[in-house]
This record gives sequence, C-alpha cells and structure tokens, in this order.
Amino acid sequence: MATTYRNCPRTGLQFDTAAEKLMRWNAVVGVVFLLVGGIMALFVILTRWPSVKLLPADQFYLVLTAHGVDMLLVWIIFFEMAVLYFCSSTLLRCRLATPKWAWVQFWLMLVGAAIGNYAVLAGESSVMFTSYAPMMASPLFYLGLILFAVGALIGCFVFLGTLVVAKNERTYEGSIPLVTFGALTACIIAIFTIASGAVILIPTFLWSVGILKEIDALMYRVIWWGMGHSSQQINVSAHVAIWYAIAAIAVGAKPLSEKVSRFAYFLYILFLQLACAHHLLSDPGLGSSWKVLNTSYFMYFAVMASMIHGFTVPGAIEAAQRAKGYNNGLFEWLRKAPWGSPAFSGMFISLVSFGFLGGISGVVLGTEQLNMLMHNTFYVPGHFHATVVSGTTLAFMALTYFLVPVLFKRELIAPKLCALQPYVFGISMGVLSLVMMGAGTLGVSRRHWDMAFSGAPFQYEWPGAAYLMMGLTGIFGVIAVIGGAMFCLLIVGSLLWGKKLDEGKVTTERTPFPPNTVAANVSGHGDAEHASVPGTVVLAMLLLVSFVLYYFVNWKYLSEVWGLS
Amino acid sequence: MAEDNEIPFMQRVLDNHFLLLFLGIAVPTVLYIIWGIMEIIAIPVAK
Repeated sequence: MATTYRNCPRTGLQFDTAAEKLMRWNAVVGVVFLLVGGIMALFVILTRWPSVKLLPADQFYLVLTAHGVDMLLVWIIFFEMAVLYFCSSTLLRCRLATPKWAWVQFWLMLVGAAIGNYAVLAGESSVMFTSYAPMMASPLFYLGLILFAVGALIGCFVFLGTLVVAKNERTYEGSIPLVTFGALTACIIAIFTIASGAVILIPTFLWSVGILKEIDALMYRVIWWGMGHSSQQINVSAHVAIWYAIAAIAVGAKPLSEKVSRFAYFLYILFLQLACAHHLLSDPGLGSSWKVLNTSYFMYFAVMASMIHGFTVPGAIEAAQRAKGYNNGLFEWLRKAPWGSPAFSGMFISLVSFGFLGGISGVVLGTEQLNMLMHNTFYVPGHFHATVVSGTTLAFMALTYFLVPVLFKRELIAPKLCALQPYVFGISMGVLSLVMMGAGTLGVSRRHWDMAFSGAPFQYEWPGAAYLMMGLTGIFGVIAVIGGAMFCLLIVGSLLWGKKLDEGKVTTERTPFPPNTVAANVSGHGDAEHASVPGTVVLAMLLLVSFVLYYFVNWKYLSEVWGLS
Repeated sequence: MAEDNEIPFMQRVLDNHFLLLFLGIAVPTVLYIIWGIMEIIAIPVAK
C-alpha cells in the first residue's frame, strides 16, 4: 500500500498518515498513565504529609510502587515513542520504517504496562520502582516490565530504521536536524537502558518463578541502576530536544551554534549514563575509583553538556527576540516572549527548573562526599522531581499543547486555563522539589511512610523545621496534583470537545517544507544571526553563582557532621 | 570520496548514527557495568 502524507495547513509539517496514527495513540496512552500515576501521587502526598497520614504502610508502598512505575517509565516512555516517530518520520519528511513493527511496539508496551499495573494493584508487588532484590515481587511484575521494555526496544529500532529510510531516499540534505539529533541521543541511551534492564530483569523473573535460587543484591543494584537511572537520561535528551523544538516553534529561534549543541549531545551519548553510579555512592562493595571516576569526572562532561544546552536554548530565544527588535535593556526579549502560550511558558519553566533545581542538586548528589549527607533521604525524590517532573513532564506537557491542534486537529478548549496550567504545575512542582530537598537535608528518610516512627521503641526528635518542610511538601504536592489534573482534563477535553480543525490535503507525494513555517524552523539548519545575548549571559552567571554558593554550603554542612577536635 | 574528505572529521562522526550507537552502548557498558561487576567479583568471599 502506498504511503500517504497529510500536509498540516497550520504548520507546513507533513505527516506520514501511518506514523501520525502511532504518534496519537502513543501520546494518548501516555496521558492515560499520567492520570493513573497522578492519582497515586495524591495518595503518596497525603500519606507523607505528617498531619494527614492517610494510608496504612502496606497500602502506601503499593501506591508508591504504582506511582513510580507509571510516572518514571510508562507515561514518559509512551510519550517518547511519539516523540521518536515525530522527530524521524515527520521532521525528515519520510515514511515510517515498518509501521507494523511499530504497532507491535505499541501493543507490547501497553500489555506490559497493564500486566505490571495489575501485579502492583493486586497487592503482591509493593517493592517500589527500584524493586531491590531480595525483596521479591510477583512474577507478573517482572514479566510486565520485560514486555514493556521489549516494546520500547522495537520502537527504538523503528526510529533507527526510519533514519536509514530518510538517508536512502535523500529526504534531507547534510546532517539530520538538531531536534532529530536530540531524539537520536535519547534513542541510543534508551537502547543501553533496555539492554541493562534485560540483563537484570530476565534473571530476576526466573528467580521469582523459582528457576534461579538467588539474585546477588549488590549485582542487582549495579545493573538495575543501569536501567533505572538511564531511563531518566532518555528523558533529559528528549526534553532538551523539545526545548529546541519549542524555541523554534514559538519564536523562530535558531541555535547559537549548531555545532556546539550537537557536540553537547555527543557528550550525552558518551557520558550521561555514567550518572547511574550516584545511586551507589554509599555501597561498601564498590571502590572509590569506580564511584568517583563515574560520577565526579566522567559525569561532569555530561553536566557541561547540560550547561551548554541550558545556555544555548535561552540564548537562541534571546537572539531571535532581539532580531525582532526587542533590544531594550537586558531583558526586554524575555518580557516580550509569548508567556500566554502554554507551549512556550511550559518549556521555559521546565528549562529554568531543570537547570537551577535539578541540575545543581544533581551535581551535589553526584559528589561522593556530599552524597553522604543526603543519600537515601527525601532529598533524592526532591532532586528527581525537579529533573523528571519539572524538567521532562512539563516539557512534554508543553509540547502536547502544540500537538493538539497539529496532530489531533482539535482546537484547545478553555485557552485561559491552558495558559494558566504550566504556571500552576511548574511553580508548585518547583517549590515541592525545594521543600523535599530541604526535608532531606534535615535527614527525613526517602521512603519511610511515617517520619515520626510512631510506636518505635526509640524515638527520634526531629527539628520543627523538618515537620514544616513535610507540611509544605503536602500543600505544594496537592497543588501540583491539581496542576496535573488540569492538564489531563484540558487535553482530554480538547480531544473530545475541541473545535475540529482543517485536516489539510492528503497526498502520496512528498513536498519540501514551505519556507517561513513552523516546519521549516524546526527542521532547518544554521546558527542565529544575532549572536550577542547579554541577558542570557547574566542568567548563566546567576546559575553559576547559585551553584557555587550551594555547593560550598553543603561542604560546610559536611564539615559539621564530624568534629575534628 | 573527495566530497567526503571536505566534510570535517567531527561532523562525519556525528553523522554516522550507528557509530554513535556503538559508542553510546560501549562506553557506559565498559565504564559502569563491566567495571562495576569486576569490583563486585573482586570482593573476597567470607570464610
């Protein structure tokens, strides 16, 4: 059957109709699991809030497991499949390689996610996202994760196959677009992630059904984190690609230097996964050389890459805005940015939160000595809510506001609420991450359902500030859940009741992207013409000063842990 | 071939997607997984 393409009249993008359907289904299922994970988040928050303490311990660990799996794996990887198909087939203007295998990807992931959720909700797999051996879950839990991972692996190969199709059919000239290169980085990290997952989850499954006698707990942790942390590095690459895409869509931004941005992605490919080691910095079975080289040397190349992206994305926006004439002072370009567009505001809040909160706390956690201050405390989920939720989830939400009219051909309902949602979600999630990190710094444990240890023979007297931080965690957590619920309602409402938009022509012919359209901006090459970006330099200096101060404050805390006299 | 030589080395590396795939798997596999497993295997067994 001949490939057909739909020309979007609003953006100039050209969609392979088979790929378009897959993008829609992957994105929709992703949002459904976001809703499930969000409901679980409410129960988690209302239990960790000391004055509420909603659920008993067994139910708390059940909902915490479902929350972790659905949010950190299911929602995000389903959405990333949609992003991979968009960045390959749509941005390279070519047919999707093997759509039938792409459907196998979709169904395997869906069946895997459903089995995994069933195993957790049935109450026999409350092992949390990390599922550390020798805690054993039901075999269905591991089977669900394995099926989900195999599906995602097939999706990665469909993406790589589509790059080959585009190259053979010469649908692009020179290098692939920067946004597609970011998606390629995410795909490569995903393949490492899934391979690590297979190496550890298949034996764990065999152990759970009684074929293997035991799983070495330390070996499990090392290899599991190759999957557990790398899966979040897929997110970093994907959301940075989305930052570049939305900057191009919203203000027509071009990177300050495409070469430098591509090199930063190359650093991600080589070094980003090594950050997995920061989960094992307190494990006595692993030597300091392995720990320090992986986290404090090699990982800094990846940190440098994030700082490059963190500079070049706002820099590209500033350059584009200044080229339009917003040249007054340091920040007119920022004031006059399209803050009423949820795609832009979501992207920019994601960028700032990821850099200031997630990035700085990540480097602190990745320093072996400082890690001792907050290892396995509430600081850790504070850090990854800043990276994965404020960073990745908010960037995906921002892209969804762009995709509803383009991919689903529906007008957004309640545009004022849509404009408000990224602020409600982004700001509350930013504050939530901060107060979680504050509680963790005071020693509140990462996972214990009751920080007061009620009924324990030896009581621990927490400082009042720890309870304050946990109370604030409850308040801002509930606001963040409201922000997430707004997103789900607005998007589902738009798909069901939004005004239908013109679909555009469907043809069998591929045509070049029309100039001066969103399609041309996102898939184009070249650097920004207005290279002077003083406002971004000031923002970058602010980040650097914040980082240096925070880093040394933590060294001071560390020096107070043990007296030297 | 002459055309290829005009493309800078780094760009040729970055345009070779399967080389990037190899590097992206090999580097963390060696530095993180294999080295980590060697560390664990080197732990003396308790007597």
